[in-house]
Amino acid sequence: MQDPLPPPSSSSSASPACDVITSAVHSASCLSAVDRRRTNTYTHTHTHIHTHIYLYMRPPPGAMATQELQINESLAHLKTESESLKTKLEEERAKLHDVELHQVAEKVEGLGQFVMKTRRTLKGHGNKVLCMDWCKDKRRIVSSSQDGKVIVWDAFTTNKEHAVTMPCTWVMACAYAPSGCAVACGGLDNKCSVYPLSLDKNENLAAKKKSVAMHTNYLSACSFTNSDMQILTSSGDGTCALWDVESGQLLQSFHGHAADVLCLDLAPSETGNTFVSGGCDKKANVWDMRSGQCIQSFETHESDINSVRYYPSGDAFASGSDDATCRLYDLRADREVAIYSKESIIFGVSSVDFSLSGRLLFGGYNDYTINVWDVLKGTRVSILFGHENRVSTLRVSPDGTAFCTGSWDHTLRVSSSFSFSLFSVISLSPEVLLTHCVFFFFFFLQIWA
Amino acid sequence: MAEALQQQQQQLEEDEEQPQQQPQQQSSTEETPEPDDGAKENIKTTLSRSLLSMRSMSCVESEDDSPNMIVYRKIEDIVTCIQDETEGVPIRTVKSFMTKIPSVVTGTDIVQWLMKNLSIEDPVEAMHIGTLIAAQGYFFPISDHVLSLKDDGAFYRFQAPYFWPSNCWEPENTDYAIYLCKRTMQNKTRLELADYEAENLARLQRAFARKWEFIYMQAEAQVKIDRKKDKTERKILDSQERAFWDVHRPVPGCVNTTEMDIRKCRRMKNPHRVKKSVYGLVEEGTQSQSPTHTPSHLCRKGTKEDVEKEILFLNTQLDRHCLKMSKVAESLISYTEQYMEYDPFITAPEPSNPWTSDDPSLWDLENSIREPSQQRVKKWGFSLEEALKDPVGQDLFLKFLESEFSSENLRFWLAVQDLKRIPQQEVAQRAQDIWAEFLAEGAPSSINLDSHSYERTSQNLKDPGRYSYEDAQDHIYKLMKSDSYTRFLRSNVYQDLLMAKKKQFETEQGRRTSLEKFTRSVGKSLTGKRLTGLMQSS
Repeated sequence: MQDPLPPPSSSSSASPACDVITSAVHSASCLSAVDRRRTNTYTHTHTHIHTHIYLYMRPPPGAMATQELQINESLAHLKTESESLKTKLEEERAKLHDVELHQVAEKVEGLGQFVMKTRRTLKGHGNKVLCMDWCKDKRRIVSSSQDGKVIVWDAFTTNKEHAVTMPCTWVMACAYAPSGCAVACGGLDNKCSVYPLSLDKNENLAAKKKSVAMHTNYLSACSFTNSDMQILTSSGDGTCALWDVESGQLLQSFHGHAADVLCLDLAPSETGNTFVSGGCDKKANVWDMRSGQCIQSFETHESDINSVRYYPSGDAFASGSDDATCRLYDLRADREVAIYSKESIIFGVSSVDFSLSGRLLFGGYNDYTINVWDVLKGTRVSILFGHENRVSTLRVSPDGTAFCTGSWDHTLRVSSSFSFSLFSVISLSPEVLLTHCVFFFFFFLQIWA
Repeated sequence: MAEALQQQQQQLEEDEEQPQQQPQQQSSTEETPEPDDGAKENIKTTLSRSLLSMRSMSCVESEDDSPNMIVYRKIEDIVTCIQDETEGVPIRTVKSFMTKIPSVVTGTDIVQWLMKNLSIEDPVEAMHIGTLIAAQGYFFPISDHVLSLKDDGAFYRFQAPYFWPSNCWEPENTDYAIYLCKRTMQNKTRLELADYEAENLARLQRAFARKWEFIYMQAEAQVKIDRKKDKTERKILDSQERAFWDVHRPVPGCVNTTEMDIRKCRRMKNPHRVKKSVYGLVEEGTQSQSPTHTPSHLCRKGTKEDVEKEILFLNTQLDRHCLKMSKVAESLISYTEQYMEYDPFITAPEPSNPWTSDDPSLWDLENSIREPSQQRVKKWGFSLEEALKDPVGQDLFLKFLESEFSSENLRFWLAVQDLKRIPQQEVAQRAQDIWAEFLAEGAPSSINLDSHSYERTSQNLKDPGRYSYEDAQDHIYKLMKSDSYTRFLRSNVYQDLLMAKKKQFETEQGRRTSLEKFTRSVGKSLTGKRLTGLMQSS
């Protein structure tokens, strides 16, 4: 009988009332002659048109038009509601902000002179080093670079133990498995692949490769969870995902970032099931791995967040951003609690990590330096030069004895603190000799005395 | 190009008047806690205000500034301030031999200015940041292709805004060829090509063999334009042009600062515009889109569902119970203080840091199961989590529980941890196994669960997954923490280990790799105690 009416054209610049009238007129034209007489008397009042539609139209395409308008209105309503909630939330949080961290930390003893020294330089990559990770044995590392190579080193001896050539360039993510028997890597290929490491040097590692994760854009970071069997990945497609290594199955995906996700870090707790991610939308989100829900979100950076790392207790995390600042966010206070910045630091932070106690925060910067911050007092305690191009990645070793940095200058450097104690400067063998000589001298002195 | 430069300079003058009226921006650097006295801080904040109130000339401030642009803007603020007539360094014409060197500044001046205005204490740091600013192309040494800043009397000149990196230059090789060609045409010693430039020119001649005539013509045209300029102006412009090419075609071995992080490329300032030519060339074939300028990845627009989700999220956040900052600060401080003795960056580890001493005995000691150090044993007392994290501690705790006939709790907890770590395929079966072992009627290692958790767990098991036992595991963990763990810490097994280690530590001589420790021990031996012990052991 009646053709379903086309929805009113999207000339939505007209006021809502006008649109309704237009659609009512449309609908009127399709009615039978008898009905049309009735509708003509009702075309002038907005509300009457509504009721008219209800009475005479089945199904009511005119109502569809009003629905769309209602949607537009309600979207605006929702946005205002969201904004007001945000303001309210900020007010509530501000009430709990009774003191600054560095003020409370005034009572803490200062760290004094702090010097770092590079102990190992690992050369072998043919292009920019983009990512690295430590093995749980505290001495081996895996690193990946722009030339597509992934190398496993014994950093202590500086020997290369394994090398894999990926089919793509820009391998932006790599991770060592907790068992030490495999490495994962990925980048512009949008995938995360796991390579089991064999003891047989001649074996072609690439042959045993297992493709685990599939994203729709570049892989920015990957990390094994507490076992070799699950991998957490983040990608330029704006999502993070948890994968089962054996089957390649997607176990959970995490949506919420509005732009590329650049970094992630798993909570250090054995019992925890959360991780934090940072992205180009300037947000750092904390996720529940079981449900896939975002449980907390922080947005105070002024540019991309390049790196996030949990404080060792798991109650807080630090982030490094292109706005040249590092920030500390506490999960219990649900807000930013410290900013680490200086006027003379204008280049972005590419990666951050804590020392074992959480007292020191190491930041690798795009100005080729590493700045070391006193987390509690908020001051910089040391600066380390040495790299000849951007520092792209920085990780503290699992037992906290050193940190490794990878740079666009094609090298990796392992650095540790340089104690001012005179005795540690003396190297091993001559000292042992000296020790024995002096010891025997005193020994005989005692006997003769 | 000369006209464009002149236009830019006029614009520079105009723009300099405006920034003074710009409103003060919120600065995060102002919040940074600095241990300065009040006066110094005032100077700093006024400067940072003035630095931030000046806008860079080359870009419009937009919400989605790409990371590179943020740095460029900051550098441009600094560079503009340095050139300021009252607050900056003196830019002057220096007379030397037969010539005048126009518009230069000494390296020392720049370093001093940076130290004063950016609150830098160490001149090395000031030189480093100066070198970076030079390497980006904002000023340059007049007599060197290598862009760096040294704290000496050498002369530096500032780059013209036309050539600033924030203009998103990606000059083509044709432009470079024109430039090198132009240089060879003018018979001036200061324009002679360096070795690497001569090589580059030869390479380009081979590559552009077909259109070399065109390039030659363009170069000639440029030379004609340049000849019309005033001599001093030419000197300045020539050096600026050379510095521009030093950035985009750097000396071999120098860092190419125009390299970009590929993850950030998509948000370049001109994602769709074609590459500009330095010499205003409009040529077929050069009008191609830059390969790095892929269509910009826009932030996902908020749909209704997104906003609804956001509202839900915000409401949940409002209900969240948060701690006061004072409590949080205390907690962070106490955690850090507790672990500082374990932090190798703060307290030198015993016997030594392997990276420093090249001796891996620290790792060997840690791996040996038989003798955990006293420090390590002490750590198990910090929390149940620490005890379980350490395999030796976990083992000891398990043995203790076995002695109390309550080991099923820990074994259940470990089994559930394991469940979360196995391949997905095995999860269902393992979940059933755990039920059979720990929770079923008449289970061999029956654990005590409250009825609520029991109900929920059995519900979960209808569709077994790796998180089916979360509630139960939580409950058991709390039980162990409050009950068994506290008893463990008071137990003889633990206390002996904690105390006995101390005694053993003192009498044990072992290998002392540090002279400091030796002199201490010698000191003690001179009082007789240590030496007698030593004599006994040897």
